[in-house]
Amino acid sequence: MKEFKGRPLTGGTFKGEAVVSHVGFNTLASLQKSAMKAQPIICSDQNNPDLYGKPMTGKVFCLPVTIGSTTGGMILQTSCQMGINFGAMLFSKEADSLALAGLILAKNWEENYIVGVDKLGDDFLNYVKDGMTIEVTEDGTVKVYE
Amino acid sequence: MTKMKLTAEEKAILDGSQGEVMAKILKTLVMFGEAVGATDFVPVKNCGHLVTSFGLKMITPVYKIMDEIIAAGIKAPYGFTADPRPIDYENVKCNPIEKLVFSKFMYSKQKDYEEQLKKIGLKDSDSFTCACYLDDVGNKPKYGEAIGWAESSAVVFANSVLGARCNRNSGMIDIFQSIACRALNYGFMKDEGRKAKWIVEVKTTKKPEAQILGSAIGMKVVEDVPYIKGLDKWIGTEINEDVISYLKDFGAATASNGAVGLYHIDNVTPEAKEKGKDLILSDAKVYVIDDHEIERVYKSYPVMWKNPDAKPKLCFIGCPHATFKQLNWWTEHIGQKLNEHGKKKVNTQTVITAAPAVAEKFRKTENYQKLLSYGVRLSSICPLMYTNNPLEKSKPIITSSNKLRTYSNAKYLMDKDILETITR
Repeated sequence: MKEFKGRPLTGGTFKGEAVVSHVGFNTLASLQKSAMKAQPIICSDQNNPDLYGKPMTGKVFCLPVTIGSTTGGMILQTSCQMGINFGAMLFSKEADSLALAGLILAKNWEENYIVGVDKLGDDFLNYVKDGMTIEVTEDGTVKVYE
Repeated sequence: MTKMKLTAEEKAILDGSQGEVMAKILKTLVMFGEAVGATDFVPVKNCGHLVTSFGLKMITPVYKIMDEIIAAGIKAPYGFTADPRPIDYENVKCNPIEKLVFSKFMYSKQKDYEEQLKKIGLKDSDSFTCACYLDDVGNKPKYGEAIGWAESSAVVFANSVLGARCNRNSGMIDIFQSIACRALNYGFMKDEGRKAKWIVEVKTTKKPEAQILGSAIGMKVVEDVPYIKGLDKWIGTEINEDVISYLKDFGAATASNGAVGLYHIDNVTPEAKEKGKDLILSDAKVYVIDDHEIERVYKSYPVMWKNPDAKPKLCFIGCPHATFKQLNWWTEHIGQKLNEHGKKKVNTQTVITAAPAVAEKFRKTENYQKLLSYGVRLSSICPLMYTNNPLEKSKPIITSSNKLRTYSNAKYLMDKDILETITR
């Protein structure tokens, strides 16, 4: 087990399976197809070689930051309302304002929300691999089990 | 996280003095503000602008929040404008399948959503444009005024050309700030956040294409503030209609090809005129742009079409929405080029987009009849939202907009190449 410490964004705890993107995550491009059908998320961003075609609902999603359209935050919020959201979003860098808005909008306006932690560092993203079990605690501690 | 300093009134709002919905709006802003390092709120006393202008079927939480706001009797006190509409069947022709996808699957909520927007303070039904800051539209904040917009091309124009103060906000955070009459105080709101981390030296031998210069700078400095020297040689020092058109397109390219929210141009933009080189941080990096660099950047854009040599089927001009000056410029130059080639009409479906108020003014001129006679249509649609349709991704579209190129499969061409392509 390896432990990392980041900044908690929305509070809460979550334990689940990791899915990892090493490049900026285009929220609209990735979630659009699934959200249109209100079906569990299968990443639809062809420009993301790490994630394209992978299931993401209920996963612990590890990423640097999100990129793309300013609708990105609303799409994250939408995924929470539909109940198809990630369990957690763990950012190696400081979360970008679009992702932050999505996490915070969901936290305040939806029943479901995504546990968010940022500033986990590049070591975190280099270490974590798809399929690893990750436990996130209230104070932003992230435990990665091989 | 930094704790924001709140006034007694703000604390009372959080405790429900103005109702549960207003408390949730402010709580959302405070949570967001504390995550981005805002120290407090600054008052907003002007018209807002909403980036989410489209009734995209899937964004159901937005409609639910709007319903809650309406039910609570809350409005944006100073009103707001909004980004362009996503559909205009009259001027941007669609086949039946495209219409079906737009109307039934993608933007099926458009009509209902516009009704919601009216109830919470949309200025009027002609308020749909990304270029809300143009005189003809009238949502033009004054120098030093705080605003809470999210549309990236409008944010960078307001900050840089008007000297207003605005962060690069997310959708919904924009309308919440307009409703709360408060903007989060961080980043570009503060003097230190407006200082330049880059000096850009323009050393071209001719006026650089705004769209490519902006793209080059955006890709280099990403989200930092650039201080641009040498451009006044080409655009002059007065902010007139030509310069507004140039900087509108330049800024949109910096914001979409990078994430620039503010630039200063030596001897041109208001803060650069006032404070000059005091705006440059001591450890600023230098980026030199010459003819070769412009050419290198232009050639670096990938062609996303399935067949890169395909004949274009659609041409979009005006993203961000064109100015009145630009509508006249395109009309005159399309006419000249058609004459040169001995043609009467353009050979590609061509749409120029402009704000409803600008388009209305232009429709009263002789040039509008000329433009129509050339086979060109004038619309107030959002080309980005139009190309967001999965069916359009396989269509060979050309554009004079680097922003549209970035967010779609459209191929960017310089103005002279657009003219040549659609008239030959």
